[in-house]
Amino acid sequence: MAKAKKDNDWNLAPAPESTGHVKIDKKYDLFIGGKFVPPTAKKYFETVNPATEKILSQVAEAGQKDVDKAVKAARKAYDTVWSKMPPVERSKYIFRIARLIQERAREFAIIESIDGGKPIRESRDVDVPLAAAHFFYHAGWADKLNYAFPNAEVSSLGVVGQIIPWNFPLLMAAWKIAPALACGNTVVLKPAETTPLTALKLAELFMDAGLPDGVVNIITGAGSTGQALVEHSDIDKIAFTGSTQVGKMIKRSLAGKSTRLTLELGGKAANIIFEDSAIDQAVEGVVNGIYFNQGHVCCAGSRLFVEESISSEFIRKLKHRMDHLILGDPLDKNTDIGAINSEGQLNTIQSYLEAGEKDGFEMYQSNVAVPKKGFWCRPTLFTHVSQSSVISKEEIFGPVLAMQTFRTIDEVIDKANNTPYGLSAGVWTDKGSKIFNLTTKLKAGVVWANTFNKFDPTSPFGGYKESGFGREGGLHGLSAYLKITG
Amino acid sequence: MTKVDFNSLDIRRKAVDQVGVEERCARFKSRSIKKDAKIQGLKMALNMIDLTTLEGKDTEGKVRQLCHKASHLHYSYDGLPTVAAVCVYPSFVKLAKSLVSNKGIKVASVATAFPSGQSFLKYKIAETEEAVQEGADEIDMVISRGKFHQGEYSYVFDEIASVKEACGKARLKVILETGELGNLDAVYYASQIAIEAGADFIKTSTGKIKPAATMPVSLVMLEAIRDHYFRTGKMVGMKPAGGISNAKLALHYLIMVKETLGEAWLNNQWFRFGASSLANDLLKQLVKQESGMYQSANYFALD
Repeated sequence: MAKAKKDNDWNLAPAPESTGHVKIDKKYDLFIGGKFVPPTAKKYFETVNPATEKILSQVAEAGQKDVDKAVKAARKAYDTVWSKMPPVERSKYIFRIARLIQERAREFAIIESIDGGKPIRESRDVDVPLAAAHFFYHAGWADKLNYAFPNAEVSSLGVVGQIIPWNFPLLMAAWKIAPALACGNTVVLKPAETTPLTALKLAELFMDAGLPDGVVNIITGAGSTGQALVEHSDIDKIAFTGSTQVGKMIKRSLAGKSTRLTLELGGKAANIIFEDSAIDQAVEGVVNGIYFNQGHVCCAGSRLFVEESISSEFIRKLKHRMDHLILGDPLDKNTDIGAINSEGQLNTIQSYLEAGEKDGFEMYQSNVAVPKKGFWCRPTLFTHVSQSSVISKEEIFGPVLAMQTFRTIDEVIDKANNTPYGLSAGVWTDKGSKIFNLTTKLKAGVVWANTFNKFDPTSPFGGYKESGFGREGGLHGLSAYLKITG
Repeated sequence: MTKVDFNSLDIRRKAVDQVGVEERCARFKSRSIKKDAKIQGLKMALNMIDLTTLEGKDTEGKVRQLCHKASHLHYSYDGLPTVAAVCVYPSFVKLAKSLVSNKGIKVASVATAFPSGQSFLKYKIAETEEAVQEGADEIDMVISRGKFHQGEYSYVFDEIASVKEACGKARLKVILETGELGNLDAVYYASQIAIEAGADFIKTSTGKIKPAATMPVSLVMLEAIRDHYFRTGKMVGMKPAGGISNAKLALHYLIMVKETLGEAWLNNQWFRFGASSLANDLLKQLVKQESGMYQSANYFALD
């Protein structure tokens, strides 16, 4: 771009969200049977602010005995209270939860940003409102399940174990808990070990909502806690969102059992840009597709396919847009790109950057300064990568975009589907017929047209192939928490 | 000047997605502009105003008052910039010029049968030439929207090129009157035509039609300017006009310019606000930043 004269510099002053009213305890216990109880082994682990590397709190690590306690509490609540309660009463509790989330929206948004590193703009405008929306939506269904599945008998499953990832901690808790409760099940939920705080705050909120003891139990811990939950003999269903690798382990350990399972796993979405698209809006969609939440999004548009005739124009515009993304303090209202969730994830991302460079692809990173403390990765673009490279095959789960060019529609469909994943895809064109042609041929659970990363509780979400099975949201999402007969 | 044949130009209608444009604009509006950045932005916006009076009842008295305000925005606040220009009808150019030219303020004159543009080309050219002779530094012309809707794009193009020629050294702002164009695809195409025909600025509106300037329309025009810059390396200015009456919105426009074109456009050589009441709200906010309190509207001159 044209060089600005010196006196034209106009930099935004810091605009941090105030945190005075937010309370994070020094220590959190396990939420079992309606109250916080210390873990049997008295073991705790730290949760860290990834933007400052400061320790936020000590969180209980649930062992096998604790998991058992939680499952027993959930079973008791199921047998004695929740399955017997008239559905309209269940619905009232869920509505109350939704309203309380709205009332405390700011508090939840701030804690989500502190614990996970995501920009406050996203936690405030996306995570928390959507979490509330999921409770509202499912509250409405609780007493209308027979109408959702006409001419069929529906009944609850029992106790469900739910394991959620660190990229959308509160939102994923809502995606899991809301339909489970609406359908009359009780829950044992395990949040991710790097981001447990909003789930624990949600436990406090359940107490305030007067939710009967044991209906939702929240146990914190790492992989072994999750494994204990999956392998517990009194669980009727496991719902897991996370990596494909762990998903495969879960499926293996449930083989031969009657435990139901839904998996929402990784992705490597194709975002396809045609020559006739609205290019400037497509650039914006590509940016939202891959740099939203630092690319920690299972449905992130991490593979960009651009029709070769417009590739140089597109790349120039994309780089220009990347240069205007503000990276830094997640609590600043102007931040576009926050911190990478953990040191471990940063190392993973960095190893992919090295792999891309080693393969000889041109790497572009936006020209922003990176804070000294904390875990950060500049928005990154690899241009003209090949389909056979590691960075275009494996899920990076970071702000890293791998661009390829294409010539024909058939070619781009083949390449887009040439992946073990199939969670989402994006199509950008001004021509409606092209959109319908592609949506029927792309093997992806969600295909967005002229937009990306749009979510709504009424719309089912889930994957093909190694992106998992089962749907969350909408009627399909309800059916995953019900026995449907007749 | 050799005539350029419109049909020989490499311009094509480009798709614009309204939903995407509106989402992008919402992002600009979510930027939080505080403290020093706010004060700097408010002063910058003041210095970008084309202080305007375009009424049938305009008189010498009215123009005199306007011209005084252009360089004395507030009676007690020190260190304020002047506005960029005063914008008047051609018959007041001479008077305005005599009042503001020694203050570093430009005189802009509307021309070409403003606001409808429904007249003959020879009169439009004559009006432009006369306004320039009277001392206008800038000419704000309107495009022939009727011809545009009739698909006579080369007429629209040739007309702008002719007026540009008539401008001589005066800078030409081309008003698209986006409120009459109907959709964003048309706004982009009209922007391209105006730029290729020699516009120094492209401008949204006359202020006589609603909607006047909106953020989505302005963003599409800024993108046309950017596309031209990417292709040719030449800068074109932008002037949203009408409907921007509060400081917050003006600051968000500046954010939009910064993030779409870059800081090189953040001065009155390349960006203007066509407005009459915006100045007072900018002043009100500046005084509030200094004193911590909002002053009543009575402390800001109504000119």
